[in-house]
Amino acid sequence: MKHIVKIIALLVAISSVWIGLLQASIIPRSNTWLLPIYLIIILGCYGLLMVGIGLIQFRTCPHEVILLQQDVIEAKEFLKAKGVDVGSD
Amino acid sequence: MPTASDAEKNKYSIIVPTYNERLNIALIVYLIFKHLGDFNVKVIVMGDGSPDGTQDIVKQLQQVYGEDRVLLRARPKKLGLGTAYLHGLKHASGNFVVIMDADLSHHPKYLPSFIKKQTETGASIVTGTRYVNGGGVHGWNLMRKLTSRGANVLAQTLLQPGASDLAGSFRLYKKYVLEDLIHSCVSKGYVFQMEMIVRASRKGYHIEEVPITFVDRVYGSSKLGGSEIVEYLKGLVYLLFTT
Repeated sequence: MKHIVKIIALLVAISSVWIGLLQASIIPRSNTWLLPIYLIIILGCYGLLMVGIGLIQFRTCPHEVILLQQDVIEAKEFLKAKGVDVGSD
Repeated sequence: MPTASDAEKNKYSIIVPTYNERLNIALIVYLIFKHLGDFNVKVIVMGDGSPDGTQDIVKQLQQVYGEDRVLLRARPKKLGLGTAYLHGLKHASGNFVVIMDADLSHHPKYLPSFIKKQTETGASIVTGTRYVNGGGVHGWNLMRKLTSRGANVLAQTLLQPGASDLAGSFRLYKKYVLEDLIHSCVSKGYVFQMEMIVRASRKGYHIEEVPITFVDRVYGSSKLGGSEIVEYLKGLVYLLFTT
């Protein structure tokens, strides 16, 4: 099934739990009404956290530039010797 | 268990779409054969619209490496990636196909690790990822990293794609898997790459990842603007509804 269908099914399930809670009054009504808001806030925070962690852990490779330059020089030398025109860009 | 004779039976066709990469294509071919000399490899250069530059260089490369190992094919101009790959596939006689960029952001030195991963796991697709240990990116400023990371978190949450680097285009495919996927995908640009991996995941293809480093020498000249972000979101919504 398409992924959107799975997401909608999940939302429907969560909604029915929420409506059930509203009906059953286990939690005071005023709190229950706010539950979806809390859920959205938690989701938002989770998202920001994941982005933040990812940003801090973002892997960079400055040494690769140097390695690449060396490879380029090596390649040009080899190819020039074999008659390949590597003079111009 | 993979054996040495299995490795000998495998033929790898490497499709490199180029656009004004006359010098880089020569460097790429050199590096490919430097790192994959022991394997049965054919490089298919999808030439750009100006045959003069690329054609000459490829002819010279054929003198060095052999006409059976370096091929030039006309790349349909202004047509999508999918069409370019389809075109290249027709000339790919191997059982494995590698897709990579021609601007040296994808370094051929990672190709042996792709092959090793595939041989060890029997995976249908091995995709290079910049976002795990051993991988990395150079040439991105903070803003670029932020958008990349944000886009990734969004895509992972919404799509559960089965790969950490969705928009990457450095990949090894079993040939029949690539053919199957190309016929199922319709997007353009990097969304096409995302669609390929998501569809592969939905179809149950075995996907493995290897870390790669990505040296972006092009980024400085292009900006990531609002329209790109809109395109990306549109792509995500499309994938949500169709995969």
